Amino acid sequence: MGYPASKGLRADHHGTIKIPSHHTSVRMSVATVCEKILARAAGLGSVMPGDVVEATPDVALSHENTFLIHRAFREMGGSRIVNPSSVVIVLDHRAPANTVNSANTQKAVRSIASDLGITRFFDVGAGICHQLLIEQGIAKAGMLVTGSDSHTTTCGAVGAMGVGLGASDMAAIWAKGSIWLKVPESIKVEISGKTPKGVYSKDISLETVSQLGAMGADYCCIEFHGDYVSGSTVSERMTLCNMSAEAGAKSAVVPQTVLPDPKAHYSRTIQIDSSKIEPLASTPHSVDKVATVRSVEGTKIDQAFIGSCTNGRLDDLALASTLLAGRKVHPGTRLIISPASAEIYAMALDKGIIGTLVSAGAVITSPGCGPCLGAHQGVLADGEVCISSSNRNFRGRMGSREASIYIASPATVAASAIEGKIADPRRYIR
Amino acid sequence: MIRGKVWKFANDIDTDAIIPGRYLDDYSPASLAKHVMEGVDPAFASKVSKGDILVAGRHFGIGSSREQAATALLAAGVEVILAKSFARIFYRNAVNQGMLPLVCPGCSEAFRTGEQITVDVEKGIVQSAGEAGKVIDLERMSPYISKIHASGGLVKLVRSELGRTCGDGKDK
Repeated sequence: MGYPASKGLRADHHGTIKIPSHHTSVRMSVATVCEKILARAAGLGSVMPGDVVEATPDVALSHENTFLIHRAFREMGGSRIVNPSSVVIVLDHRAPANTVNSANTQKAVRSIASDLGITRFFDVGAGICHQLLIEQGIAKAGMLVTGSDSHTTTCGAVGAMGVGLGASDMAAIWAKGSIWLKVPESIKVEISGKTPKGVYSKDISLETVSQLGAMGADYCCIEFHGDYVSGSTVSERMTLCNMSAEAGAKSAVVPQTVLPDPKAHYSRTIQIDSSKIEPLASTPHSVDKVATVRSVEGTKIDQAFIGSCTNGRLDDLALASTLLAGRKVHPGTRLIISPASAEIYAMALDKGIIGTLVSAGAVITSPGCGPCLGAHQGVLADGEVCISSSNRNFRGRMGSREASIYIASPATVAASAIEGKIADPRRYIR
Repeated sequence: MIRGKVWKFANDIDTDAIIPGRYLDDYSPASLAKHVMEGVDPAFASKVSKGDILVAGRHFGIGSSREQAATALLAAGVEVILAKSFARIFYRNAVNQGMLPLVCPGCSEAFRTGEQITVDVEKGIVQSAGEAGKVIDLERMSPYISKIHASGGLVKLVRSELGRTCGDGKDK
């Protein structure tokens, strides 16, 4: 399902396009995907980068911070949500609750969801919010998806425009049904070429972040193009769109159904030759400090983590099990695996993937965000080193501020877990 | 005109540095304030005073959407942040909380920790309070951002847009 790209433009019975007087044909023929989605969501024929529009989101996603949203919503004088069917609430960040405070928050959020008539409420164990939006078919091409989480960009994998916001903004959406958004400039990222052995969408994402810089796409929408992208799976596209947040992107989208105009304007175009990429890793303490795995090989690790909205899907778990089959996690190293959803967990069990991982010595956690945000399920000690398939390696992100985090593909994480030090996955892949 | 004492910070101060994720299970502003900037300077919470001004480099607030990053600073007494640039979601959150995140490309080089400065949003300038001469330009806030600020934050703006009356005692 999608939406008409340019509401207000209609062909008459002769097939002639009539352009309303307040539009110019030039403006209409140069729109990017995000410009088209925002124009539709704002009820406008067209928009330009820099315009501030009042847009009506199709989806309003939140997690444990629903507690804060509700508080602001009440302070705004809100009593009923203008568009309750747009609201999706997922308890995923500390799932199940890790402290009494968390438990009280989750208890309050359950009551809020029930009192306000939210039918799309997912309790602890269902999975990560960004995973569920796609898995449950909630996010669709052409939709404007707002979420009170910075990785809301992930739903660009199915052609939706996902925009991360804070709690007060989400409260305004509950209270008014709409929110102000500045129309972003769009950046075109073209990825082409057959990927070599041992190279995955995570490596390509790290190359993209490295080329753009940690804030190289700040306030921008990234549009992914190229034959690598058109041949990629939804899971791979989710990794690309998810990691775009680490380049500061407001949104990231793989065009489908709503397509950019041939003459769409991009503030910047970058080209990535995916046949020339080798396994990569972000090094401490910034995601854009990207190095080849070869150059950091041998760095001793204490913890390896496979999971998160970036790389906790079935293909990621299957890949890890391929490397770990018949092998053991290195003594003194712990491997923690968090399936991104209950559905993924069940499928991985069914396929024998979980059995293989557990036999190798992995710890499987409940589906959810896991240790990615440093709240529970694998907090790092002073001086420890972790290699993670997640998305952020800021100092202190996963626990102690004296710990170090490397970000890499699930294959690199699995290879490193086997050796107890950062390892090149290509040795383990036939 | 706002006057305050400067605390200088570097580039790329992320939200995990402003308020680490492990403290986010407690939503009380006072509790958050106890850990503000702990990821950069564990003693900051005990040193900062009401009305102090943060001066930072590029990308202040990079990372998570957690509005508690803005809440923690505000609860610690910081209402004004001057940075070369802000991360998008942090900027919205700070404006929505009624704070003044101001883009000031020259401030980071011009001022040092402990210095008293004055910020004149109307004139668009920042000055050292003591000596004359050092006048740094601010970038103008966009009209919509100014409107949110003038309303005292997004909660109050939306409440007035919805026609709700103020004075129910819940105003912060």
